[in-house]
Amino acid sequence: MKYLVLLMADGELPAWSTLSEEEQQAGMRQFEDFDAACRDRDGVEILAAEALGAADTATTVRTRGGERTVTDGPYAEAVEQLGGFYLLQAPDLDVVLELLTVLPPYDIQVSPVVDPY
Amino acid sequence: MPPELDQVVREEWGRLVALLLAHFRRLDLVEDALGDAVEAAARQWPRDGTPANPAGWLQTVARRRVVDRLRAEAMAQRRHALVVTDLERRPPRAMADPGDLVEDDLLRLVLMCTHPALAPESASALALRLVLGVSTHDIAALFLVPEPTMAARITRAKKKIVTAGIPFAVPDLAVLPDRLASVAQTAYLAFTAGYAPASGPDLLRTALAGEAVRLVRTVRALRPEDPTLTALLALMLLQHSRRDARLDDEGRLVLLDEQDRDRWHRDEIEEAGRLLASPGLLGVPLPEQAAGYLLQALVAAEHAAAPTSAQTRWDRIVILYDQLLEVSPSPPARLARAVAVAEAHGPRAGLAALDGLEVPGSHRVAAVRAELLARVGEVPAALEQLDTALAACGNDTERAHLRRRRAELAPTGG
Repeated sequence: MKYLVLLMADGELPAWSTLSEEEQQAGMRQFEDFDAACRDRDGVEILAAEALGAADTATTVRTRGGERTVTDGPYAEAVEQLGGFYLLQAPDLDVVLELLTVLPPYDIQVSPVVDPY
Repeated sequence: MPPELDQVVREEWGRLVALLLAHFRRLDLVEDALGDAVEAAARQWPRDGTPANPAGWLQTVARRRVVDRLRAEAMAQRRHALVVTDLERRPPRAMADPGDLVEDDLLRLVLMCTHPALAPESASALALRLVLGVSTHDIAALFLVPEPTMAARITRAKKKIVTAGIPFAVPDLAVLPDRLASVAQTAYLAFTAGYAPASGPDLLRTALAGEAVRLVRTVRALRPEDPTLTALLALMLLQHSRRDARLDDEGRLVLLDEQDRDRWHRDEIEEAGRLLASPGLLGVPLPEQAAGYLLQALVAAEHAAAPTSAQTRWDRIVILYDQLLEVSPSPPARLARAVAVAEAHGPRAGLAALDGLEVPGSHRVAAVRAELLARVGEVPAALEQLDTALAACGNDTERAHLRRRRAELAPTGG
């Protein structure tokens, strides 16, 4: 199955930009450890993964009553500070949840990708 | 439904679902197919006679249904045709299989139903449905929600299991105790919904408590050494043993001290006693949840052991509540301790133990305060507390009890 893993919010972690250089490096190592844990796990593959620009660099497009508006900022009702995402191939939800313990303790949403079959 | 069919559904439903799921991994198809098989049996068995192996008959018919459905899907998609042929060639696993496979399948099913990614109230309903085979109609009645609401809730949970890829698997031994603890929590939630109705008239709720006991019994049979399940089963049996004495002939609530102890189910009390004496519970450090269930069970056992209400060892019960508050300090436990203190050391000591205690949304603190105030002769203050309790209480049976108490204290209606 494919899962989209959204790193939704920092949770109890301080914002990335407020971390010292050493703390940022420690954080980066956790992402590397996560990559390694996924590589080592049977049936797991990271299909895509990116960090996203800060919320104030997002652009929102809405169409209401046929009229399209483009505005500054994230879609506030959905995500305040979506920081990044992984698209994973994994056998089941528990494998994903187990691997995610390697990442820093962000608030995370895991959504299955709809299988057309 | 013929009685033989009723019995096999009651006893074998969970195993049949687990077996078929182990084979096909399609929860959506398996349960429908089994439902169809039961319907077919209800038509055919009275006409053709009950088959020699009723569970095997249901399994075979359900298997064929699943294969038919898979074939229909494969026709639509073409590319799955080979998979179906392969499934048909595999021999069906016998119901009589004495190996651990079936038991493990059943444990997998329980763990899947109570996965933490499902809402707890859905998990309880799903476990009753899939493991025990309780009908959606009955589950809706047990939880006091309309049947379409419960059907939607169960359907949503099943859909999430399939689409989110919640595994049909027993997790690593390292996390299994945690998962069994959440199974226990789920069963206790269902039991509480049955044992202490929060609203409405008392109806089928004893049956829900009974089903919850059956669920814990089923899971504990698979993991008899688990202390959380052992302590919980003892606690539930002790509380459940009083079911016939908790209401009088007119359906009114009978409090513990007025209950006819001859109507308590002694066999269940004795079984609980054996469970409480099991080696897994004594002299070993217990997980917090197991310790909480154990201490509550020991309190219930003190009540069960007292020949009359007056002979209850309240001093021991106070000590048990002190220990419980150390394990998990909760307002309901403080309230229960205050009642025990009042019985052991008098109503004024009880009132002091109630100082500063509030349970938002619950009428029970006010009801207890009212009773203790009445016992020390402070009638106006007691009436005030009774009115507070009446305003907060949503259960008809309990409201009737509070009103009766009020009429006794203020016969002139003051």
